[in-house]
Amino acid sequence: MARTILEMRQITKDFSGVKALDAVDLTIVDDEIHALVGENGAGKSTLMNVLSGVYPHGTYKGDILLEGKECTFRDIKDSERLGIVIIHQELALIPFLSIAENIFLGNEQSSGGIIDWNSTARRAGELLKKVGLEENPNTLIGDIGVGKQQLVEIAKALSKDVKLLILDEPTAALNDEESDNLLDLLIDLKAHGVTCILISHKLNEVEKVSDQITIIRDGKVIETLVKGKSDFHEDRIIQSMVGREITDRWPERQHKIGEEVFRVEDWNVYHPQHEDRKVINDASFTIRKGEVVGFAGLMGAGRTEIAMSLFGRSYGQKHSGNIFKDGKEIQLHNVSQAVDNGIAYVSEDRKNYGLILIQDIKNNVSLANLKKVSRNGIINTNEEILQTDSYRKRLSVRCRGLQQTVQTLSGGNQQKVVLSKWLMAEPDILLLDEPTRGIDVGAKYEIYTIINKLALEGKAVLMISSEMPELLGMCDRIYVVNSGEIAGVLDRSEASQESIMKIIMTHQKELRKE
Amino acid sequence: MNQLGRYFKENIRQNGMVMALILIMVLFQVLTHGILFRPMNVNNLVLQNAYVLILATGMLLCILTGNIDLSVGSVVAFVGAIASVMMVDWGISVGVTIFAALLIGVAVGAFHGYFIAYWRIPAFIVTLAGMLIWRGLTMVILKGQTKSPFAKSFQAIAAGYLPGREVRIGEYNIVALVFGLVLSLILIFMVLRSRKNKGKYGFEVLPLWIEGIKIVFLILVVNLLTFSLAKYNGIPIMLLLLIFLISLYTFITQRTIFGRHIYALGGNEKAAKLSGVKTKRVMFLVYTNMGMLAALAGLVVAGRLNAATPKAGNMFELDAIASCFIGGASASGGIGTIIGAIVGGLVMGVLNNGMSIMGVSVDWQQAIKGLVLLGAVFFDVVTKSRNQGN
Repeated sequence: MARTILEMRQITKDFSGVKALDAVDLTIVDDEIHALVGENGAGKSTLMNVLSGVYPHGTYKGDILLEGKECTFRDIKDSERLGIVIIHQELALIPFLSIAENIFLGNEQSSGGIIDWNSTARRAGELLKKVGLEENPNTLIGDIGVGKQQLVEIAKALSKDVKLLILDEPTAALNDEESDNLLDLLIDLKAHGVTCILISHKLNEVEKVSDQITIIRDGKVIETLVKGKSDFHEDRIIQSMVGREITDRWPERQHKIGEEVFRVEDWNVYHPQHEDRKVINDASFTIRKGEVVGFAGLMGAGRTEIAMSLFGRSYGQKHSGNIFKDGKEIQLHNVSQAVDNGIAYVSEDRKNYGLILIQDIKNNVSLANLKKVSRNGIINTNEEILQTDSYRKRLSVRCRGLQQTVQTLSGGNQQKVVLSKWLMAEPDILLLDEPTRGIDVGAKYEIYTIINKLALEGKAVLMISSEMPELLGMCDRIYVVNSGEIAGVLDRSEASQESIMKIIMTHQKELRKE
Repeated sequence: MNQLGRYFKENIRQNGMVMALILIMVLFQVLTHGILFRPMNVNNLVLQNAYVLILATGMLLCILTGNIDLSVGSVVAFVGAIASVMMVDWGISVGVTIFAALLIGVAVGAFHGYFIAYWRIPAFIVTLAGMLIWRGLTMVILKGQTKSPFAKSFQAIAAGYLPGREVRIGEYNIVALVFGLVLSLILIFMVLRSRKNKGKYGFEVLPLWIEGIKIVFLILVVNLLTFSLAKYNGIPIMLLLLIFLISLYTFITQRTIFGRHIYALGGNEKAAKLSGVKTKRVMFLVYTNMGMLAALAGLVVAGRLNAATPKAGNMFELDAIASCFIGGASASGGIGTIIGAIVGGLVMGVLNNGMSIMGVSVDWQQAIKGLVLLGAVFFDVVTKSRNQGN
């Protein structure tokens, strides 16, 4: 029988009266992958912060027992010393340092304060082999992809003799292949005595690799499912997460498709720095009124680049091709021209490209269309409040009021603020880039409902997503994008994960032949 | 009482700064045995600090974008030098000189703005270069010497008073009293209009008695100031100019699209750009504006000294920057108000003036001002982190 490695007993943590964790018990046994799932704000991260010492002993109630011994961590260093390492969603690597330097950052291979570069390189090489990353340890972090960076983070954890590895959304930014790689590595590590706690929104992954799944909701443990003993199915997990049965993960929608609104012909985009490198090659596509069109493809296929370059040349310097709206050719040289032509682009990275986090909801929502509430460049603040509030209500943004700063909102509500902003701009064409990334199941459903409503109102919607089930559930047509080209298009009736993957594979083979 | 508490809590940063200013004023009033608030000294306070307040107004916009402007002190000297050459050597009229000087300021600001906005050279570097360039050219123009004197009408901008100085009731100048009254009426009118507009939209308004306390307090301050000035020479023209500038820039930052775009640019440049804000143009205009206000400050300084000197404006940029930060602006951009910067400037001004009266040496004054700057920002950071902790 497996040995218990970690026990968290009756952990309670409150933030000025609000209970983020309420008497949580968590037991982790040796050599398992233990998944922690729950909606955003359910308390997963708080629990892991308690465990890793981010919230020091004394700021919470309850006990932590590691291999039977009680632990009172004062900070992260304390927990790391005992082999608990946490890898956060936002990677903590420094792009201008090499892989080896990053691995031993804060834990340098040195004697008497002087770094031993030979030992650094040698040990880094060994660790990279362990995580299956074939890169020179002297390569700069900034020069490798996110997937590989994630492996470097794990190598860094291994360098600290990790016993319990906590991963917070490790695959959020990875494509399917990279995700599979990472998950295989976790299984491999398990065999070598590293226990993992995996926090993830991707339930199919959780279902695949975990031995136990603990579901948290509203700061309480709802249940722990054990592989082979309990019902381990995705639907069951979702039901526990949201506390109700979601029969439909995609809301019903009336399809009322009209005329063609938006047509792009032979769109070419060159790399912003290397102007002779073509990033997008002869892309052509159309969107009709009331239609939801999807862009499927692997990470780095060029979907975001197509959307951003169309949106007033926000990506790249050199472009060629034609854009038509309602049959008339239009020129989109900058963002305000795009907005004036009724085009909106909701970025995949809402924190960096979508929101002004330090400002309140009102200012964020009105930013793209201040003209609507002003005369001669002077804002009518009362009108602005009225307008922004109507969008807040329409998308049911949950907040204390318009004056709340958006950085204090949950991911789903932040996304609704971004959508409100673009709805206030009154667009005809919406380019939505990963509109549901990093938000929980309940909020996703709400976003889908909003998208359906917009389509019904006659807007043309382009939806870029890395989650294929989402595209299949939402779209009328799906364009498959690969290596900067449109590799094919599928109707709702013929689209499936298999048919999309098949198009990608065939296209890649063709490219290789050329 | 509960509502009042809530109002104070919601505006803690602004009110905190104002209360700090009042505290400092009271402190120095006691320490200087009542000299601080003597009519002549109140008058001096206004005139001495006018240049800092003008510069702080422009500097706040730069700081809102997340940058600073190190060149303003040198621009002050440069513009003063050119104005002196135009008037003293070439005999050009005061009006034309002022107009030309402001244009030169615009050109200097546009020169900085061009490199900062369109070539993305860090503002720190561009304005550091500007600091050397304009100081150097000042020396060249003045050949290292002081140039004076100016026409009376030019001096009047910086050291003159509203006409009717002799019209007095007892020892009070009537023009100043009327000025205070008119200002009070405007304040009341604005508050009432804002309440009425909010009412039209059906929004919640502050309870009348809180608004009443606020307005009574403001009117008290305004009239104390004008009464005090009435006892001396009346209303300085500089005060009129300052009130105009402060109102104008408060309006621009709070009520116009351009102002909102500055805050958006400073809060998150990429998101602002993707929302259709012409970020380069906004940045360019902010620095162009700074150049113009630096030129205005240059004229004021020259007029007050009645001379252009190569050393004019030395370290002014640091006073202006410090004013903004004491007034609650964030070094990373996107946070700060004109009123805050003005209050920050007044804190510095009262400190300077009070310590001078007390006979504290210049060396100590500088050290103490440094500590106040650090203390104000420290207070800011502590309250912020405490709010986040909750």
